[in-house]
Amino acid sequence: MKKRFKLQDLDCANCAAKMEEAIKRLDGVNDASVSFMAQKLTLDADDDRFDEILQEAVKVCRRVEPDCTILVK
Amino acid sequence: MSKKQKRMLGRILAGAALFVACMLLPLTGWARLLAFLAPYGVVGWDVLWRAVRNIAHGQVFDENFLMALATVGALAIGEYPEAVFVMLFYQVGEWFQSYAVDQSRKSITALMDIRPDYANIEGPDGGLEQVDPEDVAVGDVIVIKAGERIPLDGVVLEGSSTVDTAALTGESLPRQVERGDDVISGCVNLSGLLKVQVTKAFEESTVAKILDLVENSAGKKAKAEHFITRFARYYTPVVVLAAVALALLPPLFTAIEWVDSIQRALNFLVVSCPCALVISVPLSFFGGIGGASRDGILVKGGNYLEVLARTEVVVFDKTGTLTRGVFNVTAIHPDHCDEGQLLELAALAECWSDHPISRSLKEAYGREIDSSRVSSVEEVAGRGVKAVVDGHTICAGNDKLMEDIGVSWHPCHRVGTTVHVASDGVYLGHIVISDEVKPDAKEAVAALKAAGVRRTVMLTGDAQAVGEDVARRLGLDEVHAQLLPADKVARVEELLQQVSPKGALAFVGDGINDAPVLSRADIGIAMGGLGSDAAIEAADVVLMDDKPSKIARAIRIARRTLSIVRQNIVFALAVKLLVLILSAAGLVSMWAAVFADVGVSVIAILNAMRALRAGK
Repeated sequence: MKKRFKLQDLDCANCAAKMEEAIKRLDGVNDASVSFMAQKLTLDADDDRFDEILQEAVKVCRRVEPDCTILVK
Repeated sequence: MSKKQKRMLGRILAGAALFVACMLLPLTGWARLLAFLAPYGVVGWDVLWRAVRNIAHGQVFDENFLMALATVGALAIGEYPEAVFVMLFYQVGEWFQSYAVDQSRKSITALMDIRPDYANIEGPDGGLEQVDPEDVAVGDVIVIKAGERIPLDGVVLEGSSTVDTAALTGESLPRQVERGDDVISGCVNLSGLLKVQVTKAFEESTVAKILDLVENSAGKKAKAEHFITRFARYYTPVVVLAAVALALLPPLFTAIEWVDSIQRALNFLVVSCPCALVISVPLSFFGGIGGASRDGILVKGGNYLEVLARTEVVVFDKTGTLTRGVFNVTAIHPDHCDEGQLLELAALAECWSDHPISRSLKEAYGREIDSSRVSSVEEVAGRGVKAVVDGHTICAGNDKLMEDIGVSWHPCHRVGTTVHVASDGVYLGHIVISDEVKPDAKEAVAALKAAGVRRTVMLTGDAQAVGEDVARRLGLDEVHAQLLPADKVARVEELLQQVSPKGALAFVGDGINDAPVLSRADIGIAMGGLGSDAAIEAADVVLMDDKPSKIARAIRIARRTLSIVRQNIVFALAVKLLVLILSAAGLVSMWAAVFADVGVSVIAILNAMRALRAGK
C-alpha cells in the first residue's frame, strides 16, 4: 500500500534526506520518499502492518528532526 | 512570510542591534564576554539547543553541531565578535533559505492552483447550490457561471462560451465551446453561462489526475539528488575528523600555536556545511518541473528530467501524435457525376454507420441527411456499405467491395483511405479521406533536430504509403508501417539497442495500445488531451495540449535544469574546497569562512530559482 502524508515544519533539506534513509530502513517498508520541496512523505509499506509501520515512521521522524511532524490524517 | 520567519527576523534584528552595541562599548575581560553572550544567546540559542538535542538523539554531525562547535570554540579562544557574527550570519542565511524555498514553493503551487472549490448544482426550485465537486455524480448537471473554474469533466448541454485552458495547456488562446462540446475540468469559463452534464467523477476528472501527477512528481528523485544525499552522509564526518586533525596535529609537530590551529580548524568547520548543495539541487529540479508544467508539460519526476536531457532518438506514433487523429475528406474524384453528387451518395449510403470514415463523409457533406431516401442498408464488415438510395443500389467501400460486386475501379494517386462509390454496378468515382498532420508537427521534428536529436522514427499501424507520405512531409528519418501493437514494442527494443550508452530513447504516443511501448522506452511521452488514461498513466511526461512541438521544449527545459544543477554542484564544491584549503593553511578569517558557507548557499538558491523560468 502506498500513501502520502503531509509534513509540517520540514525546514532542512539534509534532515529530509536523513528521514528518508531512516524510514527506508524500517522493517516492512518497501519504499519511502521524503520530498523536501513538496513537504510530503510517500510511504510504501506492507498492507497488513501499515499503521504500525506508520507509527514507527512518526517516531523516526521525531528522532531525526524533532521540529518536523508527520500529519497523520 | 510565515509567523516563524517573522519571529526569526525579529531575533536577527535584535541580535544585530545588540552586537553593534557590544562592539561600541569599551569593555574588557569577563565583562566583554558577558556582553557578547547577550546577542549570541538571542540569535543562536536554538542552534545550540538543537545541536545538544540532536546529539541526544544520535544525530551527531549536522549543521547545528558544526555551527555550535565553531562558535563556542571561537568564544573559548576569545574571539567574541567573530563568534557572534558567525552565528548571526548563519541565521540570516537560514532565514533567507527558508524564505526563498517558501517563495518558490508558493509560485509552483500557484501554477498548479487548478483545484476547483465547488460545483454549482441547480436545485429543484431553480436556485443554485454550491456543493463539493467530489459529491457530484456522473450524469448530474452542473452550472458554470462566467469567471468560474470548470469543476468536473463533462459535455455542454446548454449555452456557449469561451474557456481559458491556459492553466492546463499553457495555451493562451481561449477555446470556443458550445452545445455538444466536451469541456475539461481546470479550465476557466470566461464569458457565458454553461450547463454541463458531468461525464467523470471528480477522482477521474482531468484536474484530479493532473494534481495527483504533480504532487507525486516530487517523490521520484533524480540521480543527482541521491548523489547529494549520499555525499552529505560521508562528507560531514570526514570534515569533522579533518578539523580535529587540523586542530591537534600542527601544534604537535610544528611551531604553530594552539590558538592558531584551533582557529583554523573552526574556520574549516564553518566552511564545510553541505547546506548549499543539499538545498539547491532539489530546488532546481522542483523549479524545472514547475516551469515545465506552466508550459503544459507535466514531468512526473526529477529523474525523468535527467533522462529527457539525454534524448538521442525520438520515436513517434503516427495517429493522434503527429496527426490530429481526425479524418477528413481530402479529395473527391468523380468519374460520371459531379463532386457534390458523389459525396451526397456516399454520405447517404453511410448515414447509419458510426465509423470514423462515415462520420467524416457526413461531416464533409455538411447538410441534414434525409434518411427516408435510404433503405435496406447492409454493412459489409471490412469492406463498406451497400444501400438503396433513391431506388438505386449504391455501394460505398474499399477496393475489395468493388471486386466483390464486380465493378472495375481505379486506384487514386492521393495518399489516404479511398472510398469507392458504385451505383447499380457502375463505377462513379472515389473519395479520399485522410488524417490531417498537426500544424506544428513539421516544426516539431525540425526543432528536435536542432536540439541535437540524432534520429526521428515513426511507427504506425497504417498502410506503408500513408506512413511514408507523412514521414516525407515532416522530414522524419525513418518510418515503419503496418505494425501491430506488439510489433511496436519489438521495434522500440531494436532501436533501444542502437542508442549509445549515454543517450536515451523517447517514445511519444497517445493510444491505449501505446502503453506497453511507453513504459518500455527510456522515457515515455503521452499526449494528455487526446490520449487515453492508460497512456497517461504509463508515460513519464505528459503533454497537455497534444502539441508535438512541446517535446523539443521539454528537452530544452530538462537540459537547462540540469545545467543549473551542475553549476550549483561545481560552484559550491569549488568555492568550499578553495576556502577549506585556505582555512587549513590559516589564510582566511572566520568572516570569510561564513561567507563561503552562507554566501554560497544564497547564490546557489538564487541560481536554482532560475530553473522555474527554464525554457523561456
